[in-house]
Amino acid sequence: MTRLRQLVVCFWLQFKILLFSPFEGFSAVVFPLMFATAALLVYRVNGDPEAMLYAGIGAAAMGIWTSQTVSATTLVQRERRAGTLELVVAAPTPFSLVLLPITCAMATIGLYSVLATILWDWWLFDIALHIENWPVFVLSILMATVTIALFGFLLSVSAVRYRTSWALGAALEYPGWLLCGFVVPLDLLPDVLRPISRALAPTWAVEGMRAAAAGKSARGDLAICGAVGPAYAALAGWLGVRLINAARRDATPALS
Amino acid sequence: MTLAVEAIDLRRTFTSRSGTFRRTRKDVEAVKGVSFEIAPGELFGLLGPNGAGKTTTIKMLITLLIPTSGRANVLGHDVVHDVREVRRRIGYVFGGDRGLYERLSGLDNLRYFSELYGVPPREQKKRIGELLELVGLTGREGERVEGYSRGMRQRLHIARGLLHDPDVFFLDEPSIGIDPVGARELRATIAGLREQGKTVLLTTHYMFEADELCDRIAVIRSGEIVAEGTPAELKGLVSAGRVLEVETYGIGDEAVAARAQSAAYAPSWSRSAASCRCWSSRASPAPRSPSRCWRSWGRRVSVGSATATRRWRTPMSSW
Ligand SMILES: Nc1ncnc2c1ncn2[C@@H]1O[C@H](COP(=O)(O)OP(=O)(O)OP(=O)(O)O)[C@@H](O)[C@H]1O
Ligand SMILES: [Mg+2]
Repeated sequence: MTRLRQLVVCFWLQFKILLFSPFEGFSAVVFPLMFATAALLVYRVNGDPEAMLYAGIGAAAMGIWTSQTVSATTLVQRERRAGTLELVVAAPTPFSLVLLPITCAMATIGLYSVLATILWDWWLFDIALHIENWPVFVLSILMATVTIALFGFLLSVSAVRYRTSWALGAALEYPGWLLCGFVVPLDLLPDVLRPISRALAPTWAVEGMRAAAAGKSARGDLAICGAVGPAYAALAGWLGVRLINAARRDATPALS
Repeated sequence: MTLAVEAIDLRRTFTSRSGTFRRTRKDVEAVKGVSFEIAPGELFGLLGPNGAGKTTTIKMLITLLIPTSGRANVLGHDVVHDVREVRRRIGYVFGGDRGLYERLSGLDNLRYFSELYGVPPREQKKRIGELLELVGLTGREGERVEGYSRGMRQRLHIARGLLHDPDVFFLDEPSIGIDPVGARELRATIAGLREQGKTVLLTTHYMFEADELCDRIAVIRSGEIVAEGTPAELKGLVSAGRVLEVETYGIGDEAVAARAQSAAYAPSWSRSAASCRCWSSRASPAPRSPSRCWRSWGRRVSVGSATATRRWRTPMSSW
């Protein structure tokens, strides 16, 4: 109970931090819309409404990916810069429980960008989502948001030990669009990249969104997504403990 | 009675890397066998110059660094193995203006850390109110920290460190960057903590600060404790003798050590009770220009060395 309260309060305060800056807020609002616009303009050339729906859903997920991988991978680095990293590490609360609410706060921002993109698609491109199965569609959006945040969380934890590892997150931003099959079908990717795509939870979440929209069963996709996402969290938690112990032992870089 | 803090031969080595293409690794011994004991309710000072190893010592005690060797207990809990127990019972505050969430208000910062330190929800509000009162931030707590002055941040830090009512409080140079009036108030706050029965370990660069506050002081230099005692005892030591510092060039450590023990120098050796040291600097075998020499000597004027300090350079030939 106390733990739950802790998670909620920390989530709310971290959310306040994220909402704070109008400039950052602006880019979080506008970037996903711009990417969606670009993708949809390309797809519109074909004049195929099914392809437009495909791109519209993909663009929504792309928005979360873009707004979250970078910010989530810089999460630990941000704490380090503020000088709060060593304080949260020195607190009796396990480190992963410190990071979890921050990740959730980021996911919430991501959720916003999905909704904004869907509205934008509808308003500007007349893509009315013909969703056959709304509950499953909403569930897959939520899963996409959360798993993307968890993926960022996993990358972020490595910054405890490697000061500049956030650059990896930044570098993954665009390859991620392709690897997760947001706007380009996965079949077009070379075979060697398939395993990577499959290991990325957002791939399955987007598949789930599409299946739900088309009225097909999304159960399989979501089940895999639901397994991969927590696996990220577990891995990040385990890695977090290991890396903090490494930082306490080697002090490179120092936590301060 | 369990000691509040017990450090037994603590050592810590850092490996520093330099160079971009040809990386070289160098081991720095930051703390070289530090031992001390702090009784419950005592206000203990670690006094020393920059780079002496004060922060490193504190970080080992608050579980942020694992000692290379040696042991330490806080309230009877081992700092390497009983991490959770130690963390629950200690507070940690460092000087400077980092370590706060700039975008949150002072109050929100305190709420955040109350949660992380497991302050029971029922008590939080009252506790935060009391602490804001204690550090004199009542009325400003709603403002964002980015608008706080340095002194206000420092005071907020102290409130943060006290949220969970720790039994042992570690303060690393808390008076850095604070004006004299603020520093005096800070000292009053720290003295108040002792009156409440808290154990405090304070590090500082300033002799007067340690003198005014501490029950006992350890002087640390280059990772070693060179003197320990009550402020009065330390002052007694300092005026008892002269400090002789001899810098040599181009001879080995063994020869220096032999000289240091030789009878000829014994009188001056024993007279300089507090710290008499001799070392060779092989790094610069050629005599350096007087001004450089002087500067390098100036740096060796360490905290705790005497009022009547005399230094001279013995030419190689006389050895
Ligand atoms: N993470 C680290 N990596 C490498 N060397 C380090 C690290 N932390 C400290 N050191 C070295 O250890 C020595 C002691 O540093 P420490 O910070 O403990 O000194 P200090 O007494 O706190 O000094 P100050 O008064 O300047 O705060 C210094 O030589 C410093 O360069
Ligand atoms: Mg220091």
